[in-house]
Amino acid sequence: MSGVRVLVGTRKGAFILTADGKRERWNVSGPHFAGWEIYHLKGSPVDPNRLYASQTSGWFGQIIQRSCDGGKTWETPGGGMTKTPDGMPAGESNKFVYDTSPDSGRPLTTHQWYDGTQHPWEFKRVWHLEPSLTDPDAAFAGVEDAGLFRTSDGGKTWLELAGLRGHGTGPKWQPGAGGMCLHTILLDPSDPKRIYIAISAAGAFRTDDGGKTWKPINRGLHSQYIPDPDAEVGHCVHRIALHRSRPKVLFMQKHWDVMRSDDAGDSWREVSGNLPTDFGFVIDVHAHEPETIYVVPIKSDSEHYPPEGKLRVYRSRTGGNEWEALTKGLPQRDCYVNVLRDAMAIDSLDTCGVYFGTTGGQVYLSADAGDSWTPIVRDLPAVLSVEVQTLR
Amino acid sequence: MIRVVLPPHLRTLAHVKGEVTLDVPGQITRGAVLDALEARYPMLRGTIRDHVSEQRRPFLRFFACERDLTHEPPDAPLPDAVASGAEPFLVIGAIAGG
Repeated sequence: MSGVRVLVGTRKGAFILTADGKRERWNVSGPHFAGWEIYHLKGSPVDPNRLYASQTSGWFGQIIQRSCDGGKTWETPGGGMTKTPDGMPAGESNKFVYDTSPDSGRPLTTHQWYDGTQHPWEFKRVWHLEPSLTDPDAAFAGVEDAGLFRTSDGGKTWLELAGLRGHGTGPKWQPGAGGMCLHTILLDPSDPKRIYIAISAAGAFRTDDGGKTWKPINRGLHSQYIPDPDAEVGHCVHRIALHRSRPKVLFMQKHWDVMRSDDAGDSWREVSGNLPTDFGFVIDVHAHEPETIYVVPIKSDSEHYPPEGKLRVYRSRTGGNEWEALTKGLPQRDCYVNVLRDAMAIDSLDTCGVYFGTTGGQVYLSADAGDSWTPIVRDLPAVLSVEVQTLR
Repeated sequence: MIRVVLPPHLRTLAHVKGEVTLDVPGQITRGAVLDALEARYPMLRGTIRDHVSEQRRPFLRFFACERDLTHEPPDAPLPDAVASGAEPFLVIGAIAGG
């Protein structure tokens, strides 16, 4: 019996939504970690019951939580729970320290602040967790201030892949409105040494040697908000997506512009076409049709809600340029929510399901690849992230 | 025994209810109390003070005996009433912790 498990991170906790393959009747579990910001949670493709969650707070800092039973119970990974004499469970919270060691690390530099001055590089939180495609104990973490960490022991310890931060262009990176975050991690299913990442606002980078060295892949991007609009780095990339059958074809939602690359990011071309606005955060690819992509256009600058108060997903079946508005079941008046960069996901059931969450607390589902939509839940805290696991 | 009152979110994280009681060796200072707390509840490492610098997290404060001890040096002795267990040492989230 197939089914789906939707993992929702919100400003005030995590929620887990489950249904069978029909996706009609839903069970809602949560809030997990009530009161904490859950920037992201994601399951291992190798072991779907292994989940990782980023639990964060302006008061108490960063915690990584792990579940080995699909989210029923959670623990702070610490090398196995131990019992103190009075029976209290002990663990170890998680330590994200930039690697500045002479052997594997890079010195901490500064980065550009909003006003162009230099600012110290400081760890703030984990934005995105990307479990390994082959090992349930391995996962990557994208953090603010921008850096990439990896665990190989189920989240107990995290080591920085410092080559990215040490690329040499760090002093030109700058924070977006949400902070200087590494928010996208794409693992190439055909090449374990190739990883794509994206940073707001530095741009997209690629490694072909498992994370030792990185190259910026921003040729073709054009951004008016940096002194040189065609610079090698400094672009505010909001999200990148790929289809696992064609990992060299990338789709990007940039601060403005929807972009496409057919050569693993070496060059990009704009495919915004007839979108009502080419600003937005999410972008994703149909599970079975590599040329079918989805975006949610949002007004900018600081308005950050749908144009005309109409919540519309746009779908292109041609890999960009030609877009159709998908509105059935979505509010078409007085809607002023946002859809954040990690808040869209796609299942791989035969009739592909598309999910997205809003800052108004709705999680919408289309069980017919976008033709019609229905809310699974309407009143959660503001949604930060949505992931879906297809369970078979 | 030293009594410590944690903010609700940290009690949840540490799987404790109510006050925490700790054996703290040597002089009773804030640093010694936090060392003992983190040794007993390692999941709290990094949540009250930074992993590496051991600096207090900016939105946390320390109170005891109706006094604000937030800006006292970490190696300053805590009040006798805390050292004797008559009064708890309070870890407080600023602005009521959100």
